Amino acid sequence: MTEKAASPMLLLHPSRGLIDEKFSLIVQNLSRIQDITLHALIHSDDGDYWEAFGHYVSDATGFVNVANDSSLGGTYDGVEPMGLLWSMRPVPGSRIGLRLRKKEVHTPMVVHISVYRGHMSQGFREQVALASVVTERWYMAPGVRRIDITEGGVTGTLFLPPGPGPFPALLDLWGGGGGLVEYRSALLSSHGFVSLALEYMTPRTSGGSTSHVGNEYFEAAFTVLKQHPQVCGDSIAILGLSFGTSVALGMAVYSTVIQPRCLVCVSGSHVQPVKGSLSDVFGEINKNVRNTRYDEENRVIWRDLLLPIPTDPTKKVDVGQLKCPVLMIVGEDDQNWPATESAEDMKEMMEKAGNSHLLTTLSYPGAGHLIEPPYSPHIRASNFMVAGTKQKLVVLWGGETAPHGHAQEDSWKKILSFLEEHLYRSTDVTSQSNL
Amino acid sequence: VLSCLSTMVGTFPLLSVQPMRGLVDEKIQVVVRNLPPALSVTLHSLHHSEDNDFWEAFGHYTSNDQGMVTVAKDASLGGTYEGAEPMGLLWSMQPVAGSRTGLRLRKMDVLSPMVVHISVYSGHMTEGFSKQSPLAIVVTERWYMAPGVCRIDIREHGVRGTLFLPPGPGPFPGVLDMWGGGGGLVEYRSCLLASHGFVSMALEYISHDKNRTSDIDSKTYFEKAFRIVQEHPLVMKDRVALFGLSLGMSVALNLAAYSKDISPRCCVCISGSHVHRVNQAFRKVLNKDGYKIRFDEEGRAVWRDISLPIPTDLGEKVDMGRIKCPLMLVVGEDDQNLATVESAKDITQMMRAAGNEHLLTILQYPEAGHLIEPPYTPHFRASNFIRPQTRQKVIMLWGGYTKPHADAQEDCWEKSRSFLRQHLYPSPDSVPKSKL
Repeated sequence: MTEKAASPMLLLHPSRGLIDEKFSLIVQNLSRIQDITLHALIHSDDGDYWEAFGHYVSDATGFVNVANDSSLGGTYDGVEPMGLLWSMRPVPGSRIGLRLRKKEVHTPMVVHISVYRGHMSQGFREQVALASVVTERWYMAPGVRRIDITEGGVTGTLFLPPGPGPFPALLDLWGGGGGLVEYRSALLSSHGFVSLALEYMTPRTSGGSTSHVGNEYFEAAFTVLKQHPQVCGDSIAILGLSFGTSVALGMAVYSTVIQPRCLVCVSGSHVQPVKGSLSDVFGEINKNVRNTRYDEENRVIWRDLLLPIPTDPTKKVDVGQLKCPVLMIVGEDDQNWPATESAEDMKEMMEKAGNSHLLTTLSYPGAGHLIEPPYSPHIRASNFMVAGTKQKLVVLWGGETAPHGHAQEDSWKKILSFLEEHLYRSTDVTSQSNL
Repeated sequence: VLSCLSTMVGTFPLLSVQPMRGLVDEKIQVVVRNLPPALSVTLHSLHHSEDNDFWEAFGHYTSNDQGMVTVAKDASLGGTYEGAEPMGLLWSMQPVAGSRTGLRLRKMDVLSPMVVHISVYSGHMTEGFSKQSPLAIVVTERWYMAPGVCRIDIREHGVRGTLFLPPGPGPFPGVLDMWGGGGGLVEYRSCLLASHGFVSMALEYISHDKNRTSDIDSKTYFEKAFRIVQEHPLVMKDRVALFGLSLGMSVALNLAAYSKDISPRCCVCISGSHVHRVNQAFRKVLNKDGYKIRFDEEGRAVWRDISLPIPTDLGEKVDMGRIKCPLMLVVGEDDQNLATVESAKDITQMMRAAGNEHLLTILQYPEAGHLIEPPYTPHFRASNFIRPQTRQKVIMLWGGYTKPHADAQEDCWEKSRSFLRQHLYPSPDSVPKSKL
């Protein structure tokens, strides 16, 4: 490059943000009406590379502003301020069936954002960029504390916001994939909630089997939160995704110990009440295994295992007995659970019972099953190991990238708002603690 | 027994600080929500420094009808700052009661952030913050180093410094960054410049190591240092600037006026003077005219008279007519350490007479002191100072008053960065287009 060549500059703000924060991205000092490609690259904890890119043309002053300008193509198009994150996919040549999930929440996801000359779709490694910046995306805000929980037979991780509290709290339940997934709880804590990420599919205390996990386990987890000195016992909610929704609804209706202030249910169903152990429940679901379908790429579609929605009331949680507000979030292209059909049935049941004013349903066309905190990549299918077995499959989750990305952004905003309204602002505190 | 604020007021206060992790020169938005209306609260900041001291600031507010306090818009009714001051919780910090005296807050390790705890307390408090439980706390990090900036130790040809590289393929403009007579290797300003796209080298030229002679005797030392920046593969050779504070300004002016070897593209000179014996070793500058040092009523050393009166003899000051590059001068009118106002005035006259005044930009700040640094860090009117040559300890009076000094730092940093960009970044349409 000659000494007098232009030096394009990338301005990204904030350079260190939370995973759910938007950033602004501007390129300046380009030539006027110049074709460029904006490129984002992540080197994941698992050692894979993920990338996204958008094609732009600078304006008459040599500027590109991702907030206002349209991407003409790439992994996303149109005016998409955060497209460089949510449209990421594994680079060509990667292993298949990948899913980008951060296990280590004390460190950020590091994203390299570069601008290249011309409209490129491949070969980014071989080309020298015009300019590059680095941004950190954090699940944990400064001051958030992470604590391993093993008391009361419960296995989980607790995240606490900084300060003396007391704080409202969340019991955070993932789905049938099992394991201890911490990042959503870390993020919720960064928004002012105490959050307990619970391992329940393969908790160490039951020797890795679900056969002993029943209501008592979830009640013990809820109690860990309720008794925590920094938690306000009246302000505890449950957030469940996928099978976690089943648990949340079941506990809210049938447990006398668990009295959540509100529920957030993502991509789940009220079908198959959680009574007895978890393996009893899975046994029930597995009776329908012949309903498993496969798509043209032999990926597993499990949504029919719970269909048709039963009319027999003993086969589904009696949601007419719910006493707290419920936010249901549903992806209309969910290929894993019949979330849309379940939400419709729940609404009917609650209308009949007279408590449908408690239900808010957000339904997203084109969104799939894994509706997670925003700006992480959409995965239409991925490798899946059935918990407690060694069986490996490729499961179809569903969803199309752009609508799914928007669904994650919109639903997360609404989840935080819903939680804030019911846990932070609600004035009908039913039991007063002593001063 | 839980003492939930919720039982007192029916809600939990929500405190937010954006960004939670920001650069030191970025503004923060501090908002408290969910308070009862018309509640007296105190916003408080606390920092535990590398030197193990505690610094704090606080402002008194009243929540509005919606139960909100917005620090950027609402007026602080008192505390360490008043009025609508978005950044008051940072720049008005002072050592907590009972601290050691003469403290100065400087971050020496740039790889880690300054961590600040921002809290909201009930009532209008002025002390006892550590004994009271706040309503809410957030923690914010203030970084000198943006992600991707690279820090490199430089020990080359006898030159000691630290080089900071922005992320990316470059090429970048370069800066040689020089502090003042306190000596040592101070990295944070260079680190921050690199976070803004400049390759910047913080140069040590007065060592605290008694066994090392100071390098300020030798003009070749600075020329070598300049070349290290200029010849770095990521640096645009004809776009290297000099940035100097205090004695660093004298170095910069001498190089700009007299060096045959190196030629800065532009200079930013803060709180310095053009007055010194051009032909004498710099070291003598520091020891000369010691009898002119005064002490104020609190025993603090006032050095400004050392550089007065401004000599009329051209041989006794830098010949400003020889300056060929754009020069930005920054002056605090309450500078008690150097006679910067008088010097700036004389520089202007010399350049006017020589016909190169068009190169000169002066930023002059009423009631600002000597240490005009990157913004939002606390102001100190005086602090402990050790003279490197004699190891003598004094309390040096730098001057300035907190609020005007803070405003000066903010304005100066923005303008000096803008000045550097203007002169160091080529405009794409002023050069022939390369083939796409």
